[in-house]
Amino acid sequence: MITTIYALAFYFATILLIVGIAYRIYEYAKVPAPLNIATTPAPTTVPGVWLRMFREVALFESLFKSNKWIWIFGYMFHVGLLLVLIRHIRYFVDPRYVPDLIWLGIAYIQPIGKYAGFAMIFGLAGLAIRRIVVNRVRYISSPSDHLMLLLLIFIGVSGFMMQYVDRTDIVSVKNFFLSLAYLNMFDWQPLPDSLPLMVHLTLVLILMIIFPYSKLLHAPGIFFSPTRNQVDNPREKRRLAPWAKALENVSDKK
Amino acid sequence: MSELDKSELDEINSDAELALPDPLEMPEMVPDAMKDLHSFEAAPKHQTDLGYPGELVDDWQDVAIAKIGDLRQKYRSFRVYLDSCVKCGACTDKCHYYLGTGDPKNMPVARQDLLRSVYRRYYTLPGKIAPWLVGARDLTEDVLSEWYNYFHQCSQCRRCSVYCPYGIDTAEISMAAREIMDSVGKGQKYCNEIIGKVHSIGNNLGMPAKAIKATMVDFEEELEEETGIPIKMPVDKKGADVLLVTPSADFFAEPHIDGLFGYAKVFHELGVDWTLSTTASEAGNFGMFIGSYDNMRKVSLRIREAALELGVKRIIFGECGHAWRVAYAFLNTLAGPWDFLDPKYPVPQHICEFTFDAINDGKLKFDKTKNDHMTLTFHDSCNVARATRMGDKPGGQFEIPRAVIKAVCNNYHDMDENTIKEGTVCCGGGGGILTDDLMDIRVKGAQPRMRALRKVTQEHGVTNLAAICAICKSQFAKVLPKYDFDMEAIQSVHQLVSNAIIMSDAPKEEEPPAPEAANDSKPDNKDEPSASSEAGK
Repeated sequence: MITTIYALAFYFATILLIVGIAYRIYEYAKVPAPLNIATTPAPTTVPGVWLRMFREVALFESLFKSNKWIWIFGYMFHVGLLLVLIRHIRYFVDPRYVPDLIWLGIAYIQPIGKYAGFAMIFGLAGLAIRRIVVNRVRYISSPSDHLMLLLLIFIGVSGFMMQYVDRTDIVSVKNFFLSLAYLNMFDWQPLPDSLPLMVHLTLVLILMIIFPYSKLLHAPGIFFSPTRNQVDNPREKRRLAPWAKALENVSDKK
Repeated sequence: MSELDKSELDEINSDAELALPDPLEMPEMVPDAMKDLHSFEAAPKHQTDLGYPGELVDDWQDVAIAKIGDLRQKYRSFRVYLDSCVKCGACTDKCHYYLGTGDPKNMPVARQDLLRSVYRRYYTLPGKIAPWLVGARDLTEDVLSEWYNYFHQCSQCRRCSVYCPYGIDTAEISMAAREIMDSVGKGQKYCNEIIGKVHSIGNNLGMPAKAIKATMVDFEEELEEETGIPIKMPVDKKGADVLLVTPSADFFAEPHIDGLFGYAKVFHELGVDWTLSTTASEAGNFGMFIGSYDNMRKVSLRIREAALELGVKRIIFGECGHAWRVAYAFLNTLAGPWDFLDPKYPVPQHICEFTFDAINDGKLKFDKTKNDHMTLTFHDSCNVARATRMGDKPGGQFEIPRAVIKAVCNNYHDMDENTIKEGTVCCGGGGGILTDDLMDIRVKGAQPRMRALRKVTQEHGVTNLAAICAICKSQFAKVLPKYDFDMEAIQSVHQLVSNAIIMSDAPKEEEPPAPEAANDSKPDNKDEPSASSEAGK
């Protein structure tokens, strides 16, 4: 029964996450950027913009300029999360279908992933404390901002509990997800009976479902930020949004 | 305080505590400190002249909400920035208006949230089903009034956008907010009246063609008296090579006029055939301040029309900050393509680029001692610094004006590095709030810049502040005295050029002029007859 509920929930959440984010990306891409508003100094070439975007996404360059505390905590959280996610790949793929070299990488990252989990929780805790202690940040926080951090913290903590407190039969968990991932419809492998696991999976489901409707959209959003993704070339290159072009046709321009 | 007290205090206090306040020092938070600052609203005529309803429409909520929907389909920035903010707090201490007032609604993210909260309520699922959870709220009269007051406490300087990890630009949100308010009939008098004047007369000051011509004749006399040579200020001269588009403040107020004299001397010395236009007699484009593409475009098209009518080959912009943003970053889009101009030059060029190139080519000579009575520092104008470029390389907007200043002045010192270049703090008067009814926020917003200036005056003997923006110059002239500086401490960059430039055709004085000064006056003579006949029309 529980297995069926979680199986259906994960299908639902996965579809929602993928379709939801894809739809947001489609929306962002569809809306024109009628004017060049790059924050200068900005790169004057397209490769330059890639490099700027890489520095923003991989190093949080602007945040580093801005505030070292937020940068440290935010960076620990995000890099920790990335490594943890990579570590989790092994629960969703069958090594028989994965090239050896990639599998070796996934295996190699397992111990690092554990430390990354601690870094992630530590970073999140730092952000959560800041949100309460620093009056400026407390002022701008809605309940959802606090809850989002709590959600992520509890995902991390419940994950660790599966390992250190109430050891979960991870092989069964893997079999469950493999049966989902390889679409063995109606032959879902049973989830083991484990409270930390139930909590962990439930919170992850919530995270997946709210992603396309929340501030988590900053993840795709940054790639569409005109101040960061535009080339500084307005004198050389004329841009014209479709709706702006329509103005020209009816105008009295000589 | 007695000598004894003082020495005791010195021992107690550390050096750091005795030092001047950090320009970016954090204020104590004072909620709602500025909530009642309400600039004059536009009269019905100011509104209708721009194509907006004369007064608040009956169904203003519906119109405003529909306008949000419209803007999110037209501007990617608006859409992405409303969705992407994670409330990390990186921007909260970056706005000069927050630093100067302590009002938390002047923190960039909080300012955005005034609008974002309404966007969430009507355009996002969580805001529709659980507004309390995500900080969403209904659009009420109180919200509208809050919008009006706080979106007119933003100078659209983009300092926050530099520090935001996603590049969220509060200027984009405040422009959108102003457009929404205009479209429901609640516009601001200062901006809208001025845009109306540009549409009907041609410049922000409402100076008619005749007055401009008469003023230029006066200026020519003044220049001749000063230099002994007939330096021309041509107006509407057909067939000139260069159209100079400059803020109308350059025709009217100090220290702007001295900057204009500087441009005229540079053009004269280089033998450049230039002209002003009475129809495109304004570089500033307040259409940007109210987020109106239509108005911004209409104002820009005046420049295109003037360039075509006069048959010029190049367009050069005078010292004006927001103007240079519209000129550099938007003009090609709004009024281009510029294929009828000389392709050898970028369109448009900044006067500092022009002068800088001439200096580099060794075509200008200066007597730097003429500026020795001053020690200069340079205020990077926000929109030049963070929204444009000069020259070929990123950062040229910082280097080129400084290079020009250093070519004409011996004494120069930069202010605190966190308050210049891309991190420059706004003068406090930009973005459509340079009006006396907003003096309170203008003075408070200038505080970080004034503190940075105080530091270099005490530590490095700086006496004067140079700028390349009409708004900065006007704002500083008003605000400097409030911080115990001389109002004349503000200088135009080309005023410094004007002081130091050696005119090669100047009559010989008792002091030995530069060796090549006596000859080589041909290009200027050639220029004279046509220019004077134009001016005399």
